[in-house]
Amino acid sequence: MAKSITQEFVKGLWDEIPPFRLVLGLCPTLAVTKSVENGLGMGVAVIFVLVCSNMLVSLLRNIIPSKVRIACFIVIIATFVIVVELLMQAYTYALFLKLGIFIPLIVVNCVVLGRAEAFAYKNGIVRSIVDGFGIGVGFTISLVALGALREVFGSGTFFGIPVFGASFQPFTFMIEAPGAFVCLGLMLSLMNLAENK
Amino acid sequence: MREIIKMIVVLTVLSSFSGGLLAAIRGGTKDKIEYQQLVFVKGPAIRNILEGCSNDPIVDRFKINDGDIERSFFVGVFDGKPNTVAFEGFGKGFGGDIGLMVGVNINDDKIIGMGVTTHSETPGIGSKAKTDPNFSNQFKGLAAIEPCKVKPDGGQIDAISGATVTSRGVCGGVTNAADIYKRLKPQIAEKIKEFN
Repeated sequence: MAKSITQEFVKGLWDEIPPFRLVLGLCPTLAVTKSVENGLGMGVAVIFVLVCSNMLVSLLRNIIPSKVRIACFIVIIATFVIVVELLMQAYTYALFLKLGIFIPLIVVNCVVLGRAEAFAYKNGIVRSIVDGFGIGVGFTISLVALGALREVFGSGTFFGIPVFGASFQPFTFMIEAPGAFVCLGLMLSLMNLAENK
Repeated sequence: MREIIKMIVVLTVLSSFSGGLLAAIRGGTKDKIEYQQLVFVKGPAIRNILEGCSNDPIVDRFKINDGDIERSFFVGVFDGKPNTVAFEGFGKGFGGDIGLMVGVNINDDKIIGMGVTTHSETPGIGSKAKTDPNFSNQFKGLAAIEPCKVKPDGGQIDAISGATVTSRGVCGGVTNAADIYKRLKPQIAEKIKEFN
C-alpha cells in the first residue's frame, strides 16, 4: 500500500495531524500555546528538527545497528535541537525567552522520535523528508489554532493586536494550564464530530 | 563481537560529527548571541543610564581583563565626546546577588545613573530597587570613587521602606562598581580614546 509523495505530505495535515490524531508531544503543545506567536515559533522549530532528523535517520538507516537505534536517533535529534536553540538565541532572542525550556525539550518530543522510529527508519530519503515536513506543518497548524483560540479569549488579542474593544474582560482561565486541557479537548471533540458526519 | 564493534563505531562517529557541527555553529553565532543577551538583559538599564547619548552603547563596548575576570564597559557619547562608561557591579541582596549597571562620567568621576539588571528580591518590596526611579535617582551625582551607604549606616541613600537589606545590597553593588572603577581607571581612560 504505497502512498504517493503528495499523500505522504497531506496525511500530516489531517489524517495523522499531531497532536490531535497522533496524541503525542502534548507537553509543549499545552505549555507554549498561550499565544499565536509562541505556537508559530515552536511549530517552525519543530518543522526544522523533524525534516532534518528524518532526512538523516533515513540516510543512515542501513548503517545504524537496530540495537542502538534509539540512542542514534536521540543524538541526531539533539544535535538539530541545539542548532535551533543557538539560531533562535542569535536571531530571535525575544521569542527564545518566551519559549524558554521548551526548545531544548524538543529532544524528547515524541512526535520527532516517533517519526524517526516509525517512518524514517523504514523509508527512503525523499519520502522521509516529505513526511517530516507534512507532520511538522500539521503540528504547526495545530499549535497556531490552539494558540489563537487561547490568545483571543484569554487575553483578547491576536498576534498581540487587540481584537475586542476596551470593554472586553479577558477570560484568563484560557491562558492558564487548565484552559489548555479544555481547549485541546474541545478541539479533539470537534475534529471527531467533523469526522463522524 | 562484530556487532558490538559496529555499534561502538557508529555511535562514536555520529557523536563526533554532532560535536563538530555544534562547535562550528556555536562559534559562528557566539558574538551574535552575546549581543542579543546584552540587548535584552542589560540593554534597557544601559540605555536608561546613558539616556541622551548619541551612539549605541551596546555596539560601542570594550573589555578589560581585571585579574581573571573579563569586564565589559559600554561607552556613552555625549556632545560628540565619549566621556561616559557604564559597567556592572554586584551586591549581596536579600534573596541573592543583585546585579546592577552604573554609569560614570570619566572626567569628573561622578555617577550619572544606576539601574538594577538582575535580582531575586521579594516582589513588590525589594523589587522596587529595580522599578522605583525615586530610589535609583538618588545615586545620580555621587562620587564614583567613594563607598556608597544607606542613611542608617551613615551614608547618603534613603533606603526603600521595608527593604533595608536590598537597599544595602544595591549600595554594596555600587561600591563594588566604584572599586572596579578606581582600580581600572587608567585602562578605561586609555580604551575610551579609541571611540573618539
